[in-house]
Amino acid sequence: MELYMSLAIGIIFAVGIYQILSKSLLRIILGTSLLTHGVHLLLLTMSRLKTGAAPLLGEEASSYVDPVPQALILTSIVISFGVTSFFFVLAYKAYQRLGTDNMEELRGMDDE
Amino acid sequence: MNNVIVLPLLIPLVTAVILIFCSKYVRVQRWISVVSVVLNLLVALFIVNQVNNEGIQTLHMGGWLPPYGIVFVADMLAALLVLTTLIVAAACLFYSFRSIGEEREKHYFYAFFQFLLAGVIGSFLTGDLFNLFVCFEVMLIASYALIVLGGTKRQLRETLKYMLINIISSTLFVAAVAYLYGTVGTLNMAHLSLRVAEIQQDGILSVIGLLFLIVFALKAGLFLFFWLPGSYSAPPAAVTALFGALLTKVGLYAIIRTFTLIFHHDTGGIHAVIGWMAAATMILGSLGAVAYKDLGRILNYNIIISVGFIAFGIASASSDSLNGAVFYLMHDMIAKALLFILGGIIIASAGANKLSDMGGLMKSHPLVGWMFFIVALALVGIPPLSGFLGKVLIVRGGLSEGHYGLTGLALASSLAVLYSLIKVFMGAFWGESPGHTESQPVRIHRTAYVAAIGLTVMVIVLGVGSEWIYSYTSQAGAVLSDPSLYINAVLKE
Repeated sequence: MELYMSLAIGIIFAVGIYQILSKSLLRIILGTSLLTHGVHLLLLTMSRLKTGAAPLLGEEASSYVDPVPQALILTSIVISFGVTSFFFVLAYKAYQRLGTDNMEELRGMDDE
Repeated sequence: MNNVIVLPLLIPLVTAVILIFCSKYVRVQRWISVVSVVLNLLVALFIVNQVNNEGIQTLHMGGWLPPYGIVFVADMLAALLVLTTLIVAAACLFYSFRSIGEEREKHYFYAFFQFLLAGVIGSFLTGDLFNLFVCFEVMLIASYALIVLGGTKRQLRETLKYMLINIISSTLFVAAVAYLYGTVGTLNMAHLSLRVAEIQQDGILSVIGLLFLIVFALKAGLFLFFWLPGSYSAPPAAVTALFGALLTKVGLYAIIRTFTLIFHHDTGGIHAVIGWMAAATMILGSLGAVAYKDLGRILNYNIIISVGFIAFGIASASSDSLNGAVFYLMHDMIAKALLFILGGIIIASAGANKLSDMGGLMKSHPLVGWMFFIVALALVGIPPLSGFLGKVLIVRGGLSEGHYGLTGLALASSLAVLYSLIKVFMGAFWGESPGHTESQPVRIHRTAYVAAIGLTVMVIVLGVGSEWIYSYTSQAGAVLSDPSLYINAVLKE
């Protein structure tokens, strides 16, 4: 199971990086959120995907899945959610003020 | 167990929350910010004193013993860096009062400032790898807001790039944490150190170590600094001073912690990589500092040179060079804040960014001129000033480990610092004023002078009182050279 998950995460990473290297700002943001998806799945996978009950003591099972990575993923999800929403608003604002979403045109040093 | 060591994190956090509610009352915000930072400074002094008397202080959050709970650890390095951070923060706060502009102050500038402090101080004090990630994010999100606050075209453009780089490096950080957790099954730094020692640092752990190095190098501007000169030239001078003094240093601190505590067994491999990165950083930073004629860029490349220099100290990893790296880190935070505040004053009073449009400021602003001269000498490492002892120790450590080429490069980079800063000094302060900018003389408010004079005094005190300060920094260096001190303090309570 871990092997298939690793392959899937690898594909997500590849697509995310490809998107980040493109010119359009919107694609770049989509690329970053793909990367964070990949990394959250990686966190889940790295704790081994053994079968066990959900980490609730009420289940009264003999074995549970590892609860630590789930907490880490939850933390990381809300952080990346906050950052992504800020990034989207920033991109919107930048599009309004600068009139372009092409990263090639956002270069420059003293051109203002 | 010592509850005091959470206070440096808690005070800015509570202050920031309070500041959100009084965003319209600028004067109230200023008073609250100053009181909070000064209070925090006193707490930090108390902690340094306590660590000096009683050894490493730990706090188990919620009473859960490590490795199960989050632990806060104040060893001498963390305590000294918290103290330095607060000195720098106080100066930047004073400088921002009149220079940042009312519009920004009404839009939560001081709240973001305090959140940034909370993130930086949390990163220094935490003893848990994932908590370090969270503190990094607190710091970074506040820095995104500070860098874009005001919303000029240049700020919008540079913030896009700055955010993208930091999102990618944070993603890699989580990936590195995932690999490390998958390999050793813990996240507490002291416990990690034990586990890594048990299973020997080879193959997979070296790869994870390199991944951490890439993540922290992106934050610190060590070799992977391509984002830094552009991003740091966008925000106002008070914000750049804060960033230049604190943000890259948090990355360096993370490198120091990771490679002296967790991955310290294979000193041949990763430390050699750090050495190469330090060399490249010093060379490229020196080239940039010498090449530009634009004050902001020269100062930005000076940050990069000193990052390379400290990394060289980490790469040598002898006790001398680690002592020197700690001392130089403290000196560099203070001196860089002063340098950027003076740079901001110069740009404001000359009304220009380029050296060719400046001149003759010595007549109108002699005090600024002399302070700039002092900080330039301090950064080069002229003996009575603060940069000297750190440089001597790092160079001695480098020579004793046989890194002759790197040591030569480090000394040569000092010359580049000297050349670039004296070029600024001569260009801005000597000669005649170009005249066409005289139309609107900008009055520099006295709070800016208070900030600059305070930091100049600190630079001189750090230099003249080196021996006294060294008795503290050598304790920090001792923990870095011998991680068992840290592990015993955290795990055997």
